[in-house]
Amino acid sequence: MYPPAFEYQAPDTLEGALAALAELGDEGRVLAGGQSLIPMMKLRLAAPSHLVDINRISDLSYVRRENGSLCIGALARHNDVVGSDDAKASGVVSSAAPWISDPLVRNRGTVCGSVAHCDPEGDWNSVMLAARASVVAQSSSGSRTIGIDDFIVSFFTNSLEPGEMVTAVCVPIPSGASGGAYMKLERKIGDYATVGVATQLELASDGTIAQAGIGLTAVNYQNTRASAAEDLLRGETPSDELFAEAGAAAAAASDPQTDVRGDAEWKRNVVAVYTRRGLAQALASATS
Amino acid sequence: MQTTTHHQPTTSPEIGGVGHSIPRVEDARFVQGAGNYLDDVNLPGMLHMAILRSPVAHANLVSIDDSAAMALDGVLAVVTGELMAAHNLAWMPTLSGDTQAVLATDKVRYQGQEVACVIATDRYIAEDALRLIDVEYEELEPITNPQRSLEADAPLIRTDKEDVTDNVSFTWEAGDQAATDAAFANASKVVTLETHYPRSHPSPLETCGIVADVNPATGQATIYMTSQAPHAHRTLFALVAGLPEQNIRIISPDIGGGFGNKVPIYPGYVVATAASLLIGLPVKWVESRTENLISTGFGRDYYMTGSLALDDDGRILGLRTDLLADQGAFYSDAQPTKFRAGLFHIVTGSYDFAAAHVTAKGAFTNKAPGGVAYRCSFRVTEASYLIERLIQNAAYEIGMDPAEFRRINFIQPDQFPYTSPTGFIYDSGDYETAMQKAMDMVGYDEIRAEQAAAREEGRLVGIGMASFTEVVGAGPAHTYDIAGLKMFDSAELRVHPTGKAILKLGVKTQGQGHETTFAQIVAEELGIPATDIAVMHGDTDNTPYGLGTYASRSTPVGGGATAMVARKLRDKARKIAAHLLEASPEDLEWEPGKFSVAGSPDASVTIQDIAFAAYTNHPEDEEAGLEGVHYYNPPNMTYPFGTYIVVVDLDSDTGVWTVRRMVAVDDCGVRINPMIVDGQIHGGLTEGFAKANMQWITFDDDGNCIGSNFMDYLVPTAWETPRFELGETVTPSPHHPIGAKGVGESATVGSPAAFVNAVIDAVAHLGVRNIDMPVLPDRVWKAIQNA
Repeated sequence: MYPPAFEYQAPDTLEGALAALAELGDEGRVLAGGQSLIPMMKLRLAAPSHLVDINRISDLSYVRRENGSLCIGALARHNDVVGSDDAKASGVVSSAAPWISDPLVRNRGTVCGSVAHCDPEGDWNSVMLAARASVVAQSSSGSRTIGIDDFIVSFFTNSLEPGEMVTAVCVPIPSGASGGAYMKLERKIGDYATVGVATQLELASDGTIAQAGIGLTAVNYQNTRASAAEDLLRGETPSDELFAEAGAAAAAASDPQTDVRGDAEWKRNVVAVYTRRGLAQALASATS
Repeated sequence: MQTTTHHQPTTSPEIGGVGHSIPRVEDARFVQGAGNYLDDVNLPGMLHMAILRSPVAHANLVSIDDSAAMALDGVLAVVTGELMAAHNLAWMPTLSGDTQAVLATDKVRYQGQEVACVIATDRYIAEDALRLIDVEYEELEPITNPQRSLEADAPLIRTDKEDVTDNVSFTWEAGDQAATDAAFANASKVVTLETHYPRSHPSPLETCGIVADVNPATGQATIYMTSQAPHAHRTLFALVAGLPEQNIRIISPDIGGGFGNKVPIYPGYVVATAASLLIGLPVKWVESRTENLISTGFGRDYYMTGSLALDDDGRILGLRTDLLADQGAFYSDAQPTKFRAGLFHIVTGSYDFAAAHVTAKGAFTNKAPGGVAYRCSFRVTEASYLIERLIQNAAYEIGMDPAEFRRINFIQPDQFPYTSPTGFIYDSGDYETAMQKAMDMVGYDEIRAEQAAAREEGRLVGIGMASFTEVVGAGPAHTYDIAGLKMFDSAELRVHPTGKAILKLGVKTQGQGHETTFAQIVAEELGIPATDIAVMHGDTDNTPYGLGTYASRSTPVGGGATAMVARKLRDKARKIAAHLLEASPEDLEWEPGKFSVAGSPDASVTIQDIAFAAYTNHPEDEEAGLEGVHYYNPPNMTYPFGTYIVVVDLDSDTGVWTVRRMVAVDDCGVRINPMIVDGQIHGGLTEGFAKANMQWITFDDDGNCIGSNFMDYLVPTAWETPRFELGETVTPSPHHPIGAKGVGESATVGSPAAFVNAVIDAVAHLGVRNIDMPVLPDRVWKAIQNA
């Protein structure tokens, strides 16, 4: 690895990190797990002049329940979610965690880093869309909460201001029976998704669908909420036909590109199939 | 040769000769991180080199401005094609008789081609300096496939060659056209397959590199290099660079995988050596992963059409094949001089028929050069793939089970030695026994029944088979050479006074386990425990001349040399034993490690006693010492074979297929170290699976390489690799001193067709007959949609 020269600091406290980021503005980049940033620096696709390493701020390493939400701190590794009982409160989150890359990346990479990275081929933002997550952003001048739909701006672009960093991402814990699933088609372990579909269902007491969440990976220029498919499901009684219709609606919401991973028409078909199968799996876990 | 199920060792476990699965001695240092790889070589005052590579696939080189790079602190030199040309080193010969640019002077011909090199005090500075070199290119139409390359209006790629007016790199044919035409005229059915064997890359985990250390005072060039063939490279360095050969010492240290990628000489080696010569300090260059993938020797990239002529009874009458090779910008296949498409004409495979004809043409394109024998004996991989795919399709067309179709067309055991229609003389084989064993292991009939039942339920199951025959161990010197150097190989054996020994080889391991296996051959022949024998290789000053390790040739050729030199020493040991026992040499009997007087078994001496006597009490009419050297020229190639069977489950909604079973029965003759053989087969099957399932290097329309790192060029890990079930039969090679055949490549050669045949078999009832590799799920899904 031969990146250009850069400055580096590793503060012990969140306050120290935020102060450094405030001073550096656009020049500073947060280094958490480094599983995307370091390879980009290696290829000289990214050349930050200053890294603020937050790995010493152990307060940020948590997966826990807070006020009816499941919250994942900025230093929680993917594998912390895999092993967390608390994470089981969100079906789609706990289903997705073992699908993130490979064991090496899961041991080192962070959920919040992946969320902030906004790579449309990344898994977590589809999961967060399906789970209707909120992102906690902090700067030296305070803290704010950003809904995931507003946080994701575009291809590799989030809505953080200079000097802000993501300190946690939180998903509401459903009050009724619920289940979720993450379906991922990948070429090999450790690969980005060719197609990924996150689904989350919450059932009303009469068995109808109270809330549905569907997020799509790698089929648009950003992770995408399949809103029309969610609208189709909400208030309805689950059935194979309904799930197939939702799959078709999700496919219609995707605009994949033909590339070495496969043909666009086929990818759209996989969205339909995986949405249908994911919803069936989510329903099965909600009713089991 | 009799086929058996297992070779029984003739030495004790303490001696550890042929047939014992002793642990690999080299692993102790590897697993402790104590190996010595190229990048571990650090010399005092050593400089570092980085290479500026072309970002475009085809362009005239207008100008290079290196002033800003030269001004950077720590930069000693920027080497350009102009500077190399001043030393007559801007071009170098390839292994196929072409010339390749060392650094571009006139134009660039592929993305990643070497344009300039920076020599600096550290690699970071060298990399920074690359970004400061300003190159002006005038872009030309990039040619990204050989079909376009051959069109009349395609731009000429090789404007450097006088009298060349088209993009054809070679044409070649083999076999008998008239006899083949007659066979097709008499056929009741003809089955044709067109398929592309895509470009892949050997991608060893360790990339290529060099530390060139030319001593300005002595003129001695010590060159540490990731080389599969250090002796041949020394001679080529002498011929290309004009250095006196006695002043060149090539040391190939521990190598982290080669797979054919470390056979060619690359431009970086030439520039680093020239830079060390000019500056007078050692220069190191180690490729990045991207450099390795985009610029060094690739494998395959053959467009193939094959047709089988069949009679009414399902017997094969003849085979016709036509090839188009995507050569890249320079013709640099690593292959014997006579054979322009390698040993592709082994394409008749395991089947007995009279007529075959092969035509082949190569085309230059704006892609990296290569065509190395990627874990393959010179294009036998493509040949094996084509015939085994054709065989299955032919079985479908005549309504016969593919296993039965193979059975009625196999070469029979009593036909060996068998002369193939393209002129190979197969040494030994028993194809039906190996196939039957694989079928028994997998439960062939039961799975066929399940497949039929599954189809009724709408589930797709496929069973694919490949019954390959390889040709390895080049080779007889009358026919095979590399760049004019005949393909013999050598071994030097010295037994020390205490009965320990050192074996020095002309071949060079890249992880195959030579330090264990070759010691076992000596143990077999001399009875010295394998653990008492050190094996040395890779240092041209301290080993006998050899052609190196690739194309599964080390055991057939270097192994033959090792057995023969050990036998020479045993003959001398007999004389010393006779002297010690005061008996006639003819009256002595040998058992591993010991001579005894016939009829008086108590009167005996051990090989260790004899070794000591060789230096302390040798017969007066014999030279002292117990050492020798042997250059072995094999009388023939060896022909390993086997049957692989794959069972897949296929999701028709998505086209995703998963391997349920993979059974591999290999016959590589006598197995020296069965554990190492199993490891070789595991590795080869993994690479075959990769090619069938996920792996290729492709290019966009601008000639940009897609597959320039391990995120885009996929190498399977233990996670996605299927479980393998191995079996063996043993049909010794009749001409090899210990009956062994090569095995390093059998699984890479044989397995891709088995995987692809399994997927095709799952959808064959829909009429699907071909899906090109890699068999990606979208291709499968589309084939089903279009069926």
